[in-house]
Amino acid sequence: MALPAYATTKDKIWYYTFRVICYAIFFFLMAPIMIMIPLSFNVQPYFSFTPEMLRLSPEGYSLRWYQDFLSSDSWMRSIRNSFIIGIASTALATTLGTLAALGLSRSEMPFKGAIMALLISPMIVPLIISAAGMFFFFSQINISGTYLGVILAHTALGTPFVIITVTATLVGFDHSLTRAAASLGASPSRAFFKITMPLILPGVISGALFAFITSFDEIVIVLFVAGPGQRTIPREMWSGIREDISPTILAVATLMVLLSVLLLLVIELLRRRSERLRGLSPG
Amino acid sequence: MSANGTDGFVVFDKVQKSYDGESLVVKDLNLSVAKGEFLTMLGPSGSGKTTCLMMLAGFETATNGEIMLDGRPINSIPPHKRGIGMVFQNYALFPHMSVGENLSFPLEVRGMGKSVREQKIKRALDMVQMGAFASRRPAQLSGGQQQRIALARALVFEPEVVLMDEPLGALDKQLREHMQFEITRLAHDLGITTVYVTHDQTEALTMSDNVAVFDDGRIQQLAPPDKLYEEPENSFVAQFIGENNTLDGRIKEIRGEHCVVELDNGEMIDARPVNVTKAGERTRVSIRPERVESNPERLHPDAHLIKAEVVEFIYMGDVFRTRLKVAGNENFIMKSRNAPDQVRHKPGSTIEIGWLPKDCRALDMPS
Repeated sequence: MALPAYATTKDKIWYYTFRVICYAIFFFLMAPIMIMIPLSFNVQPYFSFTPEMLRLSPEGYSLRWYQDFLSSDSWMRSIRNSFIIGIASTALATTLGTLAALGLSRSEMPFKGAIMALLISPMIVPLIISAAGMFFFFSQINISGTYLGVILAHTALGTPFVIITVTATLVGFDHSLTRAAASLGASPSRAFFKITMPLILPGVISGALFAFITSFDEIVIVLFVAGPGQRTIPREMWSGIREDISPTILAVATLMVLLSVLLLLVIELLRRRSERLRGLSPG
Repeated sequence: MSANGTDGFVVFDKVQKSYDGESLVVKDLNLSVAKGEFLTMLGPSGSGKTTCLMMLAGFETATNGEIMLDGRPINSIPPHKRGIGMVFQNYALFPHMSVGENLSFPLEVRGMGKSVREQKIKRALDMVQMGAFASRRPAQLSGGQQQRIALARALVFEPEVVLMDEPLGALDKQLREHMQFEITRLAHDLGITTVYVTHDQTEALTMSDNVAVFDDGRIQQLAPPDKLYEEPENSFVAQFIGENNTLDGRIKEIRGEHCVVELDNGEMIDARPVNVTKAGERTRVSIRPERVESNPERLHPDAHLIKAEVVEFIYMGDVFRTRLKVAGNENFIMKSRNAPDQVRHKPGSTIEIGWLPKDCRALDMPS
């Protein structure tokens, strides 16, 4: 957006101020993440730039923290745990959240508002309260310190995201399409998988992504509910910072940033593809 | 042609529908549609016509009564097992599928093989002159084209009954008239039983074998279009179908097919008693504007004539439209054909008008 010819001095000042503010916000958001990336290649076990690094000399940099990470059993176990818990709770949250959103979008559904509020509450209630509640409850039914416990807890956290994104997609969903499918002879389940599901898929996918990321970087509930066998990446990083301060966690963080970027790219591509398939944008 | 009975192909037998358990949207509906018949349900919004269609399709359940298809009660059969084709108001084409996939859907559901499917799809698309569009997506088609595809999809699995819910509502006038003709032709060529819902009376009159006029959850009249227009059985139908002049009065005397009505200003007119039974009863008479005659030579010698004051004369090309003040009603319209001997009445002048008694129908006085 270039300045128009009739811009006054005031307009011009504001135009540049506005840009400066925008870049400042970007910097504020990105700097802490970006600073980690070069530091993760530090030769020294410090969290600060060494003179060698600042001179950009090769001796200042190394992959030792990445090697450290890859050769560490506890880190590898935490990665496995994070993926097991993340994928399982995402699958559960996506299924439950999609079903809930479908039910809540029907006009004959009673007590919609109340049920919606209840299902969304894990997003609003302070995490520490949910975590404490789950800890006591799960201890009672003996699933504290098990994969099942952590997966169920993360499912509860992830479900609201799926409900919200799928509900948003369903707002634009034409319910006469399912009627049309029925009139053409499709059973309700066939109509769901062939008609409804492909059309609400973008909402389901982005909900699933949010649910996965929620589980993937969640620490409070893991601290309460997980046992030593269910240490996830964030839990491992947390003890990394508290117990032995090693730049390994910087290497892990860098890899996690990379993973997030990749996930976002994949989602965006999927979303575009499905929009094209839905005929919403020109093919 | 069908009559009210239980021998039709599609039968509604004493059907009632209530959404809230208190007020009835459909009250005691009895209707029989013969095989191959084109029946239109016509009525204002909220008259229960769409609810009836939805009950037949299976998307709503009848609160009371029985709906039968080919002699079998279908109340407990889910929509997807009824085998009834349906064209929706907004077409309801599946946006993520191409035209060909849309048409293939009902055939795949029925487990048909690829070659059979392709053959049927081609035939259905050719039928609606859309043969070249199988690979397009619905979003790439115009409204009229989407309409044709929706029609082809409802017909491709060869249902015996097709329901149409105001399918032409979204099209412009010219396209609508063209599609009216095409739908009627297809329905008759294929011998399909069609139940068509509309609030457009022109559509109902031009397309149907029979029209059921709905109001207040009941069928007010079920008749072929010409009979419906020329011989409305009550005030609602007379007023709802076509243009209509009304005059209020009281029955003076009834003799068989003929009665004399004393209008509220004391003038006498001839009429045919329709749903009035005895002298002294209040009545509203109804006369079509094109049946009003100002040339006494064309009327029966002893027809009652009535004075009318010309309020407005509108030249419309093929017809003259003269607005008259008759017995206190200032909106009494007379339509006359633009013939060489036709008089163009001057506003302010007083003329005498009359009609054949059979064209003037003494109907109930709406409460």
